Amino acid sequence: MPLSIKNLPKEEILLQPGHAACPGCPIGIGLRIVGKVLGKRTVIVVPACCTSIIQGPYPYSAIKVPLVNVIFAASAAVASGIASAFEAMGVRDVNVVVWAGDGGTADIGLQALSGAAERNDNIIYICYDNEAYMNTGIQRSSSTPYKAWTTTTVTGKQEFKKNVPAIVAQHRIPYVATASIGYPLDFAEKLQKASKIKGFKYIHLLAPCPVGWRFDPSLTIEVGKLAVLTGLWPLYEVENGVFRLTSISLGLLDKSRRVPVEKYLRLQGRFKHITDEDIKVYEEYVDQLWEVLRKLHGKKIV
Amino acid sequence: MPQYKILTGNYAVAYGVKLSKPQVIAAYPITPQTTIVEKLSEFIEKGELKAKMLRVESEHSAIAAVIGAALAGARTFTATSSQGLLYMHEGVWMASGARLPIVMAIVTRAIFPPWNIWTDHGDLLDQRDTGWIICMVEDNQEALDMIIQAYKIAEDERVLLPVMVGLDSFILSHTATPVEVPDEDIIDSYLPAPGENIHYPKISFENPLTYFNLVFPDNYMEFRYQIQEAMNRAKRVVMEADMKYYKLVGRRYGGLIETYRCTDANIVVVSMGALTGDVKEAVDRLRDEGYNVGALKLRFIRPFPEEELKKELLHKKLVIVIDRAISFGKGGILYTEISSALYEGRFREIPVIRGYVTGLGGRDITVDDVITMVERLITRLESGTLTHGWEWFKLRKEVVE
Amino acid sequence: MSVRQLPIIPISTPRIGAVGKTGKWRIFKPIIKQDKCVKCLQCWLYCPDAAIIRDENDNVTVNYDYCKGCGICAHECPVKAIEMVKEE
Repeated sequence: MPLSIKNLPKEEILLQPGHAACPGCPIGIGLRIVGKVLGKRTVIVVPACCTSIIQGPYPYSAIKVPLVNVIFAASAAVASGIASAFEAMGVRDVNVVVWAGDGGTADIGLQALSGAAERNDNIIYICYDNEAYMNTGIQRSSSTPYKAWTTTTVTGKQEFKKNVPAIVAQHRIPYVATASIGYPLDFAEKLQKASKIKGFKYIHLLAPCPVGWRFDPSLTIEVGKLAVLTGLWPLYEVENGVFRLTSISLGLLDKSRRVPVEKYLRLQGRFKHITDEDIKVYEEYVDQLWEVLRKLHGKKIV
Repeated sequence: MPQYKILTGNYAVAYGVKLSKPQVIAAYPITPQTTIVEKLSEFIEKGELKAKMLRVESEHSAIAAVIGAALAGARTFTATSSQGLLYMHEGVWMASGARLPIVMAIVTRAIFPPWNIWTDHGDLLDQRDTGWIICMVEDNQEALDMIIQAYKIAEDERVLLPVMVGLDSFILSHTATPVEVPDEDIIDSYLPAPGENIHYPKISFENPLTYFNLVFPDNYMEFRYQIQEAMNRAKRVVMEADMKYYKLVGRRYGGLIETYRCTDANIVVVSMGALTGDVKEAVDRLRDEGYNVGALKLRFIRPFPEEELKKELLHKKLVIVIDRAISFGKGGILYTEISSALYEGRFREIPVIRGYVTGLGGRDITVDDVITMVERLITRLESGTLTHGWEWFKLRKEVVE
Repeated sequence: MSVRQLPIIPISTPRIGAVGKTGKWRIFKPIIKQDKCVKCLQCWLYCPDAAIIRDENDNVTVNYDYCKGCGICAHECPVKAIEMVKEE
């Protein structure tokens, strides 16, 4: 049965109401989808990140599946250990999932992620990317985009965002995908696909943060959609080395169907200082990106 | 029947691990630990050991992987040295805070910079506050036996703490000596079946738990208290593990410390690891010369054998502590710890305690060196000029002054 | 407060309201106009707080104990059946 809203389980399998996320937080949406698709036999490994707090303090937790909080740089390795133990002990039909922020993925956790990917350990690694160290107070990460304000780049970041899914894809793993909180069903389909593949699976989920990106909490989904519609955040998957644009992004090869990037940027306070020149840089960036994507689409790239 | 083999210390460790039947092993290569992991890989590939080997990309991930595996309920093993152990450090703390019975072999090696691959206890002693049970072996036989005993101690319901088994780089790790390898079925009757009778809350889908989320100041201290209590209980468990091993295998080591010709000695030399063998020989020779000297081997650094040390040392005239490590700005680490244990609650009637810091970065300490250390102090003791304190030994002063 | 025996490691058990009634955080309150609702379930899908209750007939109601009032549901509702009203 293909995924639709109607056939997602009504029950909350992973995240219960009364957690500590800020209003409008994309993490709550993402975790709910993870639970509804992967089910109860799922272990979540969480490094230091917003989710460390969202689950709530001892002795209670908003999380309904086994969840292990771990040291910042080690989430992929802990997950590998759990998956190996299950394999050694004959525990089957389980999902071992890393749920890590962009800092824990693109920065401090990149080595462990690369190690686990290269070994093709049987885990699903999800990076929820809110494009800065939000839990510690909006500091710049290597996943923060060009010109974005953070508390450690007060005049805007000078460098572009690190392309982690492309790096991970080069590990020749069976499945890599991007997703956006703006399109939960696309994310759900990718999760479902990942859960049926043995080996290392990587999903990079763009997670617009109202607090850190400076937009109204009611706009989380809209910002997540605009990131995709402007072409800034293409939705794609790389399955056994074959690159394919997915869902809404498939239609965006035609430039005229892309929303101007300015609309996305102007919605967010973190970009309020940017100049017309900066927007031009962004437009050129998007155009170049899609020229590359056009060449990749449908091809075996690794 | 037990087999007799000529094994290096590292191979002895590997045989001990094989007999303990871990289900998940994760390790990263570092000299001089590598041959442990190579031998274990060979056992696995030949089908002699049914374990999943994770050839991870760093020591940080090695400890993280065994933490994950242990939390899922598997028996685990890892090994490292020096930089690797330091790189693991936050994971070392996580393993004990998570109360996971991980066993790790530490082939003690000097710390960078500069590069030096020879023995030095700085790496092992750097871990003394982490909540791991830490022991150090004297020879290759003890290395094999202690790996097995380490699982017995770590997994005991009263303990549930990870254990480090230290052995000196090269002096033991790469030096082959005769070693008795016990029968598999004997060790099977000594250790519980791996993955069974687990006394900590392992990952379960029937009872899903959130592990290690935020704990406020109103509870954090009590979790720390429980680790300290487990350390205290471990002292008894170490003795029991040794006795049960003795009954089945026929070898015992005496628990937290081992004494040699101490009963009537008025001078005792305290040491740790492979050096103890030389100290024992020095004691024999000093005895031949008429000195009443004994040797005390510190087998466990954590839990620290305070009561045992008081019992053995308080009534002596002179206690000489040889350290193969230094806490910069303080002095010999074992010297400091032993002084503190003997002084605790007392202000007189304790022996003179003298420390030597020596043998760093693999500088050779011979039997003659130990004899010199003792004789030098005896002269000062007899002239009444010897007071509490520590000094360097075999330091090439001429090149630094 | 009663004395609770500590486990040996910090482990926590799942519960609804792990950090209490988060509905108290709310400044604006979503009101669903049931007559306008087309049961598309967008609000249910997008709610970060699992505070939209979906019944067996796909009717949706708000769990005000835990709704933080972010307004995503109202913003995303394709038929404008949800209104955000200031809390008193």
